[in-house]
Amino acid sequence: MTKIGLEIHCQLTNLESKLFCTCRANYRGYEPNTNVCPICMGLPGTLPLLNQKAVEKATTIAMALNCKTPEKLAFFRKNYFYPDLPKNFQITQLNVYGPTSIGLEGKVLVDEKEIRILRIQLEEDPGRLIYEGSSEKTQITLVDYNRAGTPLVEIVTEPDFENPKQVRLFLNMLSDLLENLSVSDPELEGAIRADVNVSIQGGKRVEIKNIGSFHDLEKAIHFEITRQESLAARNIQIIQETRHWDEQRKITISARRKEEELEYRYFLEGDIPWILIDSQTLDRLKNDMPESIISKKERYISKYKIPSQVAEVLSSDKFYSDMFEQVRDETNVKDVANIITTDLMGLVDTKEKRENSKLTPQHLVELVNAIKSNKITRTAAKIALKEIVKSGKTLSDVISELDLVHVSDASELTRIIDQVLSEEIIAVEQAKTNPDTINYLIGKVMQKTKGNADPKLTLSIIQKKIQT
Amino acid sequence: MNLAISGLKYIEEIKNGNYTIEEFVSKTLEQIQKLDGKLHAFLSLNDKAIDQAKKLDKKIQKNEKIGACFGMPISIKDNICVKGTKTTCASKMLEDFVAPYEATVISKLKSEDAIIIGKTNMDEFAMGLTTEFSAFGPSRNPWNHDYVPGGSSGGSAVAVRALECVASLGSDTGGSVRNPASFCSVVGYKPTYGLVSRYGLISYANSIEQIGPLTRTVEDLAFILNIISGIDDKDNTTVDNKNEDYLSEIDAGVEGKKIGIIKEMIGDGADKEVVSATNNAVKKFENLGAKCEEISLDMVDYSVAAYYTISATEAGSNLARYDNLRYGFDFPLEGFEFNSYISKARKNFGPEVTRRLIVGGFVPSAGFAGKYFLKALKVKSKLTAEVNEAFKKVDLLLAPTVPICPFKLGEKIDDPIALFLIDFNTVTANLTGKPAISIPFELSDGLPIGIQLLAKSMHDKALLQAAYALQNTVHLPEIQL
Ligand SMILES: [Zn+2]
Repeated sequence: MTKIGLEIHCQLTNLESKLFCTCRANYRGYEPNTNVCPICMGLPGTLPLLNQKAVEKATTIAMALNCKTPEKLAFFRKNYFYPDLPKNFQITQLNVYGPTSIGLEGKVLVDEKEIRILRIQLEEDPGRLIYEGSSEKTQITLVDYNRAGTPLVEIVTEPDFENPKQVRLFLNMLSDLLENLSVSDPELEGAIRADVNVSIQGGKRVEIKNIGSFHDLEKAIHFEITRQESLAARNIQIIQETRHWDEQRKITISARRKEEELEYRYFLEGDIPWILIDSQTLDRLKNDMPESIISKKERYISKYKIPSQVAEVLSSDKFYSDMFEQVRDETNVKDVANIITTDLMGLVDTKEKRENSKLTPQHLVELVNAIKSNKITRTAAKIALKEIVKSGKTLSDVISELDLVHVSDASELTRIIDQVLSEEIIAVEQAKTNPDTINYLIGKVMQKTKGNADPKLTLSIIQKKIQT
Repeated sequence: MNLAISGLKYIEEIKNGNYTIEEFVSKTLEQIQKLDGKLHAFLSLNDKAIDQAKKLDKKIQKNEKIGACFGMPISIKDNICVKGTKTTCASKMLEDFVAPYEATVISKLKSEDAIIIGKTNMDEFAMGLTTEFSAFGPSRNPWNHDYVPGGSSGGSAVAVRALECVASLGSDTGGSVRNPASFCSVVGYKPTYGLVSRYGLISYANSIEQIGPLTRTVEDLAFILNIISGIDDKDNTTVDNKNEDYLSEIDAGVEGKKIGIIKEMIGDGADKEVVSATNNAVKKFENLGAKCEEISLDMVDYSVAAYYTISATEAGSNLARYDNLRYGFDFPLEGFEFNSYISKARKNFGPEVTRRLIVGGFVPSAGFAGKYFLKALKVKSKLTAEVNEAFKKVDLLLAPTVPICPFKLGEKIDDPIALFLIDFNTVTANLTGKPAISIPFELSDGLPIGIQLLAKSMHDKALLQAAYALQNTVHLPEIQL
């Protein structure tokens, strides 16, 4: 049986500051080595100052993944020399001397399969190494410490996944969860990285490191399973080793350095006193936690009678569910859900589009009301929505500018129909014997009204006119 | 003008206009000029000291508000960051390191208008007991230049005793303030762990060390502690002392106090002169109305081994950052692979630091942690429990600061184990986090012997009161400088 385990590193990008200093947690977009201070540069004499918010945010992740959360937390030093580590040790957590990391022994259900979470720990991200050319052949390595000290949550699962599909579903669930908790933006480059271990029946455990995206993670697992199976098929032994993911070639390569032989000399970080997470703190965090995606979905189905699939789509995306919660009331829930999941989704499907969108909840309320009161058609609403997202103009401005008013006024419609009938004498004659031709005439009316004519009313007026 | 006055007396003289700050600072600098070629207490001097003194004098003339120190010249051990000045830890590794920020204790002293007169010599990275392991040459004992001044804050103790400053800040990891205070006959003190911010103190063994003042009187020490103590948002390990005033009621006395004499610290390893001085101190305390009894702390016999294991482990980690990549000394990076560069760069550590780094890499390593590092932690917690238990019976603990008398330069430098044992009486306070003070007590063959007192955590005020009471019974002959 194939066994897959994950080690996911997730930056708490939504925090204001780094784990141990006041530099920005979201370091992206700054000149190299400008988002630094004496503390995150590890200058002699500086001390780490724990960002309490990071502890709390990480704890909410642990709670959301049903982990046990120890009452007393501690930090440890992991000692090794590497140019991206300003202090040549990393401040991290450990459960070797008793449970002291953010969380442990959690479990989540993925596709009916229970996945156990071994531990969740909070640690500092190292700086970034930038190579001139490939890392193997480079003559010069540059170091950017802007990232050094960014709060990083490590989530380690037991090897409970049996196939890449379960991994994918888990990761989708995890991204949605992180977004829902407002702790991290998984879309940001490098915000989420993963290591994975894969073993097939009878083979040793192989670890793959440095996978930069969830997309590549799935590819790496596929590649590794295939590689191991083909070795097994040829009776070649699968050795326990660490391999690296080659992003360009999309293959795994054996690492030259044996990472497990490194000596980390872990010991307690004395500069950070033990952190007490008492039951009051836990209660507060629990209360402040946003509703879980599953509970949201169930509420949408049971309370608002929204179809399960629509509810699933709505609840799993914080952007849509927030919009939905702000706009819906007793009378319009289904229409709002429909507009969001059918019309809005295509318009704001990327982060950039969402950020640039000028749509406000008020717009959506007006739009739904306009449809319900027959002021505009669903088709017109779709056009209007697109314009509003782009320009942010009011609905009434958009309706008048784009001439979207629903032509449901019988006399106005009769005038337009009369005009069409006079232009289409042959069709009118055919329509008297062939009812299909009526559809052609309705189409012409729609053309003239840019789709704003009430189809039912149009049909009945044309039918009357032809018969007389 | 007499330089041989206490800090509190100095403030009085300035307040009374008997002389100006500039006059006193100039005289102090002259003293340094005169003596430091031989004593080598200083590694660098503040070339703006006179300007700063003049500015403060002007403030006084204009009746402007001035800080509590009134320009008092204070020296600082060279492992505490003073912004814009070299902070070398007496190491070639940091030969060119200029601190870009201010240690909290320095900000506090400066805001009370102290003048930082210079940076004092020390054993490299505070590892040593004689100041002979300074990369820039040893300091000498002002009582007899052939003798070591103790360490690692040797420069600070020498400077205070030789009137090259009024007071000094050192750091005490295993006795590094109290040991040279004892050897040079000044007051030296290690506060309760967390009482004084370590922000800006270059870490050696961060879980047990504290910054501590060295002064000529206990009152001066209380005065400086008032300024530098207290919670600091730049050091998560600091504790709130509720702005305790250590100077008020310093003359409270020891009437009715119970003092335990630590038996193990006057055992076989102790010089007879030191044991006799200890007995004299006990008599003096009894005369002052205290009740003294012998007390046994079994774990003390293991304390030095535990101390060296823990401090070496932490040093191995704390000193790992000195790879010369970001700061340090002039040694171009180009053309090196990372590991070969840092091994070359780190050859700049001196012999004692190298020795401890080797030990520090070994004792906590995967195969040996159980045998060494974890055992040392066990000793630490057992010792703490034992000391806490003792403090249920007594208010203070007493022992000689150093079990032996000062010795000559070079005498023990090739015998690391013999040097380690000099720490025997001081490491207990560090391992247990308790406050401890060394008070000048006697001279033997013209060389000082200090007496040490320990108190419960956060009972620093009671400790200083007892030290003050003992100090007032001591009258040492004037030092010939
Ligand atoms: Zn920083």
